Amino acid sequence: MIIPPSSPHIAGPNNVQMVMLLVLLALTPGTMFGIYQFGWPALFLFLITVGSAVLFEAVCLKIAGKPVFPFCMDFSALLTGWLLAMTLPPWSPWWIGVLGSFCAIVIGKHVFGGIGQNPFNPAMLARTILLVSFPLEMTTWIAPRPFGTPASMDMADGWSITASGIPNLDAVSSASVLGHVRTEIGMGHQLPDILVSMYDPVASAVGSISGSLGETSAILFLLGGLFLILKRIITWHIPVALLGSVAMLAGIFHLIDPMRYADPLFHLFSGGLMLGAFFIATDPVTSPVSSLGKLIFGAGCGVLLFIIRNWGGYPEGMAFAVLLMNAATPLIDHYIKPRIYGHQGSAAWRFFRRMKRG
Amino acid sequence: MAGFPIRGGVHPDERKLTSDITIMRVPTPERLYLPLKQHIGAPAKPCRVPGEIIYKGALIARGQGNVSAHIHAPCSGYVEDIIDWPAPHPSGLPTKAMVVVNDGREIREDASVPVNPFFLRPEVIAERVAQSGIVGLGGATFPAAVKLTLGQSHRTPVLIINGCECEPYLTCDDRLMQERTHDVLDGIRILAQALNGPEVIIAIEENKPQAIDLMHKAAAPYGNIRVMPVPTRYPMGSEKQLIEFVTGREVPAGRLSADVGVMLHNAATAYAVNRAVREGKPLTSRVVTVAGEAVIRPGNYEVPVGMLISDLLAFCGLKEEPARMIMGGPMMGQAIPHAGIPVTKGCNGVLALGAAEVKRRVEHPCIRCASCVDACPMGLSPLTMASLLKRDKLDAAVEIGLKDCILCGSCSFACPSGIPLAHYFNYGKGELVSTAQQKQKDDEIKRLIQGRQIRMQRQEKEREEAMARRKAEIAARKAAQALKEAAEEPSEDSGKEVA
Repeated sequence: MIIPPSSPHIAGPNNVQMVMLLVLLALTPGTMFGIYQFGWPALFLFLITVGSAVLFEAVCLKIAGKPVFPFCMDFSALLTGWLLAMTLPPWSPWWIGVLGSFCAIVIGKHVFGGIGQNPFNPAMLARTILLVSFPLEMTTWIAPRPFGTPASMDMADGWSITASGIPNLDAVSSASVLGHVRTEIGMGHQLPDILVSMYDPVASAVGSISGSLGETSAILFLLGGLFLILKRIITWHIPVALLGSVAMLAGIFHLIDPMRYADPLFHLFSGGLMLGAFFIATDPVTSPVSSLGKLIFGAGCGVLLFIIRNWGGYPEGMAFAVLLMNAATPLIDHYIKPRIYGHQGSAAWRFFRRMKRG
Repeated sequence: MAGFPIRGGVHPDERKLTSDITIMRVPTPERLYLPLKQHIGAPAKPCRVPGEIIYKGALIARGQGNVSAHIHAPCSGYVEDIIDWPAPHPSGLPTKAMVVVNDGREIREDASVPVNPFFLRPEVIAERVAQSGIVGLGGATFPAAVKLTLGQSHRTPVLIINGCECEPYLTCDDRLMQERTHDVLDGIRILAQALNGPEVIIAIEENKPQAIDLMHKAAAPYGNIRVMPVPTRYPMGSEKQLIEFVTGREVPAGRLSADVGVMLHNAATAYAVNRAVREGKPLTSRVVTVAGEAVIRPGNYEVPVGMLISDLLAFCGLKEEPARMIMGGPMMGQAIPHAGIPVTKGCNGVLALGAAEVKRRVEHPCIRCASCVDACPMGLSPLTMASLLKRDKLDAAVEIGLKDCILCGSCSFACPSGIPLAHYFNYGKGELVSTAQQKQKDDEIKRLIQGRQIRMQRQEKEREEAMARRKAEIAARKAAQALKEAAEEPSEDSGKEVA
């Protein structure tokens, strides 16, 4: 006899595919702007990274004996590859992209059992592996050469850069703002002097600066993130806590020593902070489930990011900050849970409730 | 008055397409199948024998124990048999049911005299409600009289009338409030009388503006009764959530709503109470929403309790073979394996859904998106509970709140991966019940075994004692004999010696 299915008999409009598609949609403007900035090599690297990510996903699913097509169609591997491509130097050789995708999809995700099982954000894990393994390739930044300007190159040259590396590195390379500031501060220069020659707040926000695809247009990623919040794909908790904590720390330290510490706006609009706050730290698999947990997670990321940026060994610390907080997620989820109806909550909750009831 | 916000909830597509269709009476079919358990508590016990002629409204099965409800005949005719018949349960396993044959003459039993309910003492109202076999008609089917008695002993200063009807498709309470406004209101006043005049709040979801308007007008002359529109959000009509929204109070875990001074009754229950107390008519019919793509004439029907769903659907007409049949609403209702199941007192809807309405979803792995956490009105973590239950860690699931789950299904509804979360919790709760029953059984067996052991030991001891006594007796006898012999012998010996 067939036992009929249990209730509820209707389902909501949400599905994983839709969620992923909307995230991809929100990423598209920033990505397109980044590719426009850095020309053909950036486009090739992007396509190679995304394509190899999907390929690795399909192979892993096949090996694991899971249905390949339906699982590939949830676009999660596409998103992982995409996010990884956003964090690579745009003129990196092709094998950086492929190796990165391998690390993200195979080591970062399928080794743990596939979608939903990975403790660390796969894209950030891959970026970190690449960064510590290939420090030279992963820190070779170039100045923007938008399509249509005299400095841009044709398709064939672009392909040769992706395929066999940059021929004349010194002619095109350019430090990222965060990296430059860090080096100069280390040499004992004062912050305002450094920034005068190098930093333009408008360019930093709009994105006509050197860096990875995801480090260019802070504004476009901010808008994409707001779109996701509006569409209820992500909640405001992690981005607000993350950006808020960075801004607060930056503000405090800027007030203490403006010669050494940059102002909050500099921090908010440089590096990959916007991309990280809205698209990477909010990865549901590796972040806490409760609202309070998300706030703690976001604030933790922000604090770690600020520490790494100012006192750590690397100029930008988004990946490290997110990975460290990913590791803390099970702990946060264990201790921070929503209060169950009809049960006594914490003292703070009881106080809040009394206030609400008047 | 604005309410106190409740947690979570979802917004399913309302599909209340039958809210403008007048309630229609369904002719009583030839045979009615009345399950003896249509309520929470002990099943009723038949008090008529097969072949006995009965009139409409006659008591045919008597409620047993403290929590139970009477069952009355919805038609005149005779009791044909008491048989095993598929119960309104997904398994379709049979339970005891009385089969009543309708003679079509509608002869009423000479029921009790109509009275003015507002001259009745609260206990008498509760008694009349109990005599009429009324249960909670929102679907919970808790005997209404038991609740009233509880409310009387607990002093409940707030009576909430639940007219939310938050389940999609269902409009039976909406129609009752629109068409029989004054009967519903009288029922509410009677309930208030039975609870010694509490403050009465009629909570109706905002998607029923006509019902709100009509009830508001009808309630205007009574100072202690007011209508409160509540936001349209599932599961607003759940007891705990509605109490929180209206009063700001939470029912502590494992306690009753009466413990926080609130009593909650459904609008349809109020209507049944009015009929019962005022006119002495027992609960033998109810309004049922029949809807779904597969139905030709969807609407609200006044159906005699015990009518088979197949008869009801035949009356309403079916376009196609329904892809799924549901008793109740689509969020919490039970899918039924076939239509040969009777309408019971708690059945507020019969849905015959078409294939397009029940899209079967492929289950994807959980991506921890926390949609279920945000949707849960109870503040649970459905994803964690489900993963524990998948691994059969029942105790761990209970620790994080399995017992607090109200099985509203909001989590399953919200899940983008199509994971049937509520299904796991249903299973888990079922396991809890069966382990509790098993434990009770084991304890009972243990008690009996221990009793037997003690008895056996005692018997053994008695036997031993008896044996010892016998032995002692024999020994004593032997000794006595020996003594006697000895007494005789020495004389011989001495005689010999002497000789």
